[in-house]
Amino acid sequence: MFFTYIYRELRRRHRQALLTALGLAVGVALVVAVSAYAGGVSNAQDEVLHSLYGVGTDITVSQTAKLGEGGPQQFGMQPPSEAKRGKTFNRDAITASPGQQALAASKVQTIAGLDGVSAAVGSLSLSSIHVQGKFAQISGGSSSGGSSSSSSAQPAAGATPQAAPSQAPINVSSFSISGVDVSDLELGPLSSGEVTTGRSFTTSETNANVALVTKAYAKQNSLAVGDLKKIGGVKFEIIGIVTLPSGSTSSDLYIPLARAQKLSDNSKKVNQIYVRADSAESIAAVKTEIKTALPKATVTTAQDLADQVSGSLSSASSLADNLGKWLAVAALVAAFAVASLLTVSAVSRRVREFGTLKALGWKSRRIVGQVLGESMVTGLAGGVIGVALGIAGARLITAFSPALKATMGSTTAQVGPGGAPGGGMIEALGNAAQTVTVQLAAPISLNLVLLAVGLALAGGLLAGALGGWRASRLRPADALRRLD
Amino acid sequence: MTVTTLRTLEEASMLYHLTGVTKRYTQGRKTIDALAGIDLQIADGEFLVIQGSTGSGKTTLLQMLGALDRPTSGSLIYEGRDVAKLGEGDLGELRSHSYGFVFQSFNLIPTLTAQENVETARVPWHVRGDERRRRAMEALAGVNLADRARHIPSELSGGEQQRVAIARALVREPKVILADEPTGNLDERTRDDIIGLLEELWRERGQTLIVVTHDTWVAGRASRRIWLEAGRLMPDETAERSAERSAAEVVLA
Ligand SMILES: Nc1ncnc2c1ncn2[C@@H]1O[C@H](COP(=O)(O)OP(=O)(O)OP(=O)(O)O)[C@@H](O)[C@H]1O
Ligand SMILES: [Mg+2]
Repeated sequence: MFFTYIYRELRRRHRQALLTALGLAVGVALVVAVSAYAGGVSNAQDEVLHSLYGVGTDITVSQTAKLGEGGPQQFGMQPPSEAKRGKTFNRDAITASPGQQALAASKVQTIAGLDGVSAAVGSLSLSSIHVQGKFAQISGGSSSGGSSSSSSAQPAAGATPQAAPSQAPINVSSFSISGVDVSDLELGPLSSGEVTTGRSFTTSETNANVALVTKAYAKQNSLAVGDLKKIGGVKFEIIGIVTLPSGSTSSDLYIPLARAQKLSDNSKKVNQIYVRADSAESIAAVKTEIKTALPKATVTTAQDLADQVSGSLSSASSLADNLGKWLAVAALVAAFAVASLLTVSAVSRRVREFGTLKALGWKSRRIVGQVLGESMVTGLAGGVIGVALGIAGARLITAFSPALKATMGSTTAQVGPGGAPGGGMIEALGNAAQTVTVQLAAPISLNLVLLAVGLALAGGLLAGALGGWRASRLRPADALRRLD
Repeated sequence: MTVTTLRTLEEASMLYHLTGVTKRYTQGRKTIDALAGIDLQIADGEFLVIQGSTGSGKTTLLQMLGALDRPTSGSLIYEGRDVAKLGEGDLGELRSHSYGFVFQSFNLIPTLTAQENVETARVPWHVRGDERRRRAMEALAGVNLADRARHIPSELSGGEQQRVAIARALVREPKVILADEPTGNLDERTRDDIIGLLEELWRERGQTLIVVTHDTWVAGRASRRIWLEAGRLMPDETAERSAERSAAEVVLA
């Protein structure tokens, strides 16, 4: 009887029931879509932070180079002497990444020994530039004639337009290298990486000529596991291909820290320290400790980094936090109000019906239950429709949302790969904003679905409780009185 | 001595015993005495008709008799229990087990079929579903509507709806059937049908039948008629009619 009665009543009132359900559905759908969107934005933020930072890293420590410090600023190519003109050259230069000053490796131990620090590792990021070409010949010079050529970079003073240089090919290739502490790969630049082919470093390979190469760089340069790669004149065996999160500021190659120090003449130096705290709560305290221990260093926590993130990702985040949240809340409140009003008004139009049932001896409890049942079924329907709409909305967000950009002032962050170092560029690079692009996905979790259905049921419960309260106050005598 | 004994005996056999029953409605500052001191006894098995002009308190009296509401003052003894002093739970119990109602506008649940409507009367009894359905079908057969069991009220004529309502009242086999202008919304032929049906059931089952009506033809069929005027009983009419009719009928029942 209970379900038959509910079913019949809702079928009779199907328009109104559908309206109520749809109202709840819209509210619920907004909650689902907005939560999924917010979840997606939060995931994207995590992804950005991880890519900049590495999973498991709570704090990074680096020291910004003053102008003129850092890696050697001169590539070591003096204007060609007479003798060298026309000769070929082939030069490798490995320098510490510009913008970052080297720190003594002993500082890693210092930090590791601080209270609340669970681990600390150092890394050294380097740039390698390889230049190959011919020294320019300056036409009109005292040297032998023949074909006149000059590099565009250094056009000969007094060269006549007619003697315009024909370019000699100069190949410049550069790549970035990180020296990593092979004893703890859970922390540091490789922590968020995944070795997809080959193997990772073993802890004994502290000084081995082995390298991991990122997938992108391997593809670009047709490198495979087992190949040899010359870094600074030394041959390294590629033991694995590593994939890092998209938008990551990865280096192209990873080698054991000691090798990187040796190659770049930076023995016992690192330029980035990765710190893991005992717990999330101790991060702030650890940061203060490190600042005291290394007053000149830049100490960055994940939170600092997150605060620095600007660009469309942070707009997306504030959109989710502000507009989205309020929109969803407003829609829910409106839906609850509409559901309650419609339910109460429906009860008011059934005065004689309920009065009759009371005259037949139905207890108030049973009548309240009936009204409650009706609106719970409506709420459930609203929840199901709402979840479906919300999932559809989240899918649309995932499908059509543009890639979000997160921009970060890179005073502390690593300088991305491919920035060719050169004297005048250090400062520019040092201040360059770093942009990471992430694709937004709005994930739907089971909890979210349950929450959504729960909210719709709560709406139904509220409406039903109000309607039931109204119904319970009807008197059986009304059965003989009121005419519809 | 003899007189007293007779009276006590008479009173003991009475189903209802009303003394000084009043019902006062308060609406804002205005108070209305819908019933202004009713003394009335109704015997088990009577066919009582309540008449009176509009607003005289007929429906109000029927509500008191059907335990739909409590009197403001006075005592209303039904089978030895003072309805005026019962709680809501007991009133519900009384309603669902002792009384069957028939209303002027049928008051069927519009969304439920004839059979389901009849079943609603047995819902408070907490019986098994199949038992309830079987009883409902029997009751519908009793009013010659077995073939309309699956129709909803809007698919039935007024007379058929009222027969469903009568089946709903009878399905619990109540001691008292209370009907408030049961033929008020029906044409003459259907009216005859319905009253004929009620009368027949009353005769067969010996239930007490209390009918409020404006219709003199309906009133003429009763074993006793009482007249209400402004919340009070008109004694003459009562005495005259009950002398004619009820004696024979009550004894028969
Ligand atoms: N719930 C109520 N609140 C206030 N006044 C009421 C209420 N119910 C009835 N009354 C008043 O009590 C008086 C008696 O009403 P009642 O319905 O009993 O009359 P009735 O004899 O049944 O009239 P009718 O023949 O029109 O049905 C009327 O004046 C009516 O307005
Ligand atoms: Mg009336």
